[in-house]
Amino acid sequence: MIDKKNIIRLGLILLVLAVLTILNNTMGKYEIRILNLAGIYIILGLSLNVINGFTGLFSLGHAGFMAIGAYTSSLLTMSVIQKESNFFVEPIVPWLANVQIGFLPALLFGGILAAVLGAMIAAPILKLTDDYLAIATLGFSEIIRVIFTNTQSLTNGALGIKGLTRYTTVHYTWGIAILTILFMFSLRKSSYGKALMAIREDQTAAEAMGINLFKHKLLAFTIGSFFAGIGGGLLAHLMGTIDPLMFRFLLTFNVLLIVVLGGIGSISGTVISAIVVTIMLEWLRFLDGVIDLGFMTIQGIPGLRMVLFSLLLMVVIIFKQNGLMGRDEITIDSLGGFFARFRKKEA
Amino acid sequence: MISIHDLHVYYGGIHALRGVSLSVSKGQIVSLIGANGAGKSTTLRSIMTLEKPRSGQIIYKDKDITQTKTTELVKDGLILVPEGRHVFTNLTVEENLILGAYARKDAKAVNEDMQWVYELFPRLKERSRQRAGTMSGGEQQMLAVGRALMSAPELLLMDEPSLGLAPLIVRDIFNIIKKISERGVTILLIEQNAKVALEISDYAYVMETGNIVLEGRGKELLNDENVKKAYLGA
Repeated sequence: MIDKKNIIRLGLILLVLAVLTILNNTMGKYEIRILNLAGIYIILGLSLNVINGFTGLFSLGHAGFMAIGAYTSSLLTMSVIQKESNFFVEPIVPWLANVQIGFLPALLFGGILAAVLGAMIAAPILKLTDDYLAIATLGFSEIIRVIFTNTQSLTNGALGIKGLTRYTTVHYTWGIAILTILFMFSLRKSSYGKALMAIREDQTAAEAMGINLFKHKLLAFTIGSFFAGIGGGLLAHLMGTIDPLMFRFLLTFNVLLIVVLGGIGSISGTVISAIVVTIMLEWLRFLDGVIDLGFMTIQGIPGLRMVLFSLLLMVVIIFKQNGLMGRDEITIDSLGGFFARFRKKEA
Repeated sequence: MISIHDLHVYYGGIHALRGVSLSVSKGQIVSLIGANGAGKSTTLRSIMTLEKPRSGQIIYKDKDITQTKTTELVKDGLILVPEGRHVFTNLTVEENLILGAYARKDAKAVNEDMQWVYELFPRLKERSRQRAGTMSGGEQQMLAVGRALMSAPELLLMDEPSLGLAPLIVRDIFNIIKKISERGVTILLIEQNAKVALEISDYAYVMETGNIVLEGRGKELLNDENVKKAYLGA
């Protein structure tokens, strides 16, 4: 299928890759870390968007699935020595002690395990709707966290895992992010994707159309958990340290925030807002330090950045209720239309 | 085509259908009229197995379908146009129609049906890229009917196709129902607007509090004194 649109798409992807390569070679360590975080948040945002956005299931269990991915991939990439030095309270379970595989297969494994557990958790609770589903998924995510805190010989409990090799690079994060974006667009176009959206729009009608509600909701949950697991694995190997406390509700909230700000259900909106939110969270850090206004200096108040960020959030939600993009997408067509209008203005 | 025998449905403690029996032969238009809460919608929803009856039998194409899944029924040519349209408001008209053919695999025939639906409702073709939610009530009802036709129905169940529509548009919708019937689709429809419904119906049933209280040919019921008083406002 070689048509004009595909060529433009390919061109855009190459352009993004070129920009990323340049950034990767010119930026400092700190900036690259933010770039990585942005890529990871794109994956996480899109994965939650399948469940909450496409299918309209209000899930708050994302941190749990990320934890599964993070722990699985970490335990698989660690060398024997790393494992020994981490598990000093209780030795690691023997069947894991000598396992070490590459980063990419480990990530994949983490994603698959998250998907399997996601499906198992989702199956009994998918009959629930709205707030009840939110509470149930939140509960499951907390259960996962508590289990991880207490399985000393498997996850090293509350001590967490330290000194992970930092495999995560811009190539991995953005490579996977771009693959995720492409996957999401093709899912949206497929009949499965349309069925998911039909469920979001109107369950009764969707069911009357012959769409199997349970099967499709389960599918959405499985896909969402898979990518959450991958994102979790990338995050673990970026931070170098993981512990159960990292996967509290706050992490789910951050991802949810990205999806809501971007426009629930919009792929391009989620991508843009993932980048903006990640950068903003870092950039606003100056508020926590001492601010010199010339005529007076304000002593730094730690946490001020979160206050301002929350305020910004409120403003966005009040004035643009459907988020940045609503349910629209930036496509080749809409871009073409945009530039055509631009050209007309110039003339 | 379909026959229902002594169907009982409960909503919690409420006895909604108290032994309903009716039958529809192939190619007919049959209507089910009656006041609010008489159990008309429940009857249709039970046929689609969206409600689980406590007792009774539903025979469709010589098979008992009481335990069959909705998904399977749609594949077997049974489809419901739900009350209040229920179009997918944030999806485009075309996406709505494609979803109607969700249970079908024959892409070519689906495409032909899409052309037929567009012929039947030229309005939908004009608005194929528009979001369903931005259309008028009448257009949405047309879309709901069109979407149902996309599933290649043999028996079309319609729940109040005229609900909330202007009289002129009601005429349009009923003319189209006739056209659909002429194509060989059997139709069972619920209607509050008894007069229009009885005019086009081959046969009709009148429901009251979960029971069928009267039945007969459409034209006969139109002249029935009791029906006139209760439903035609004469």
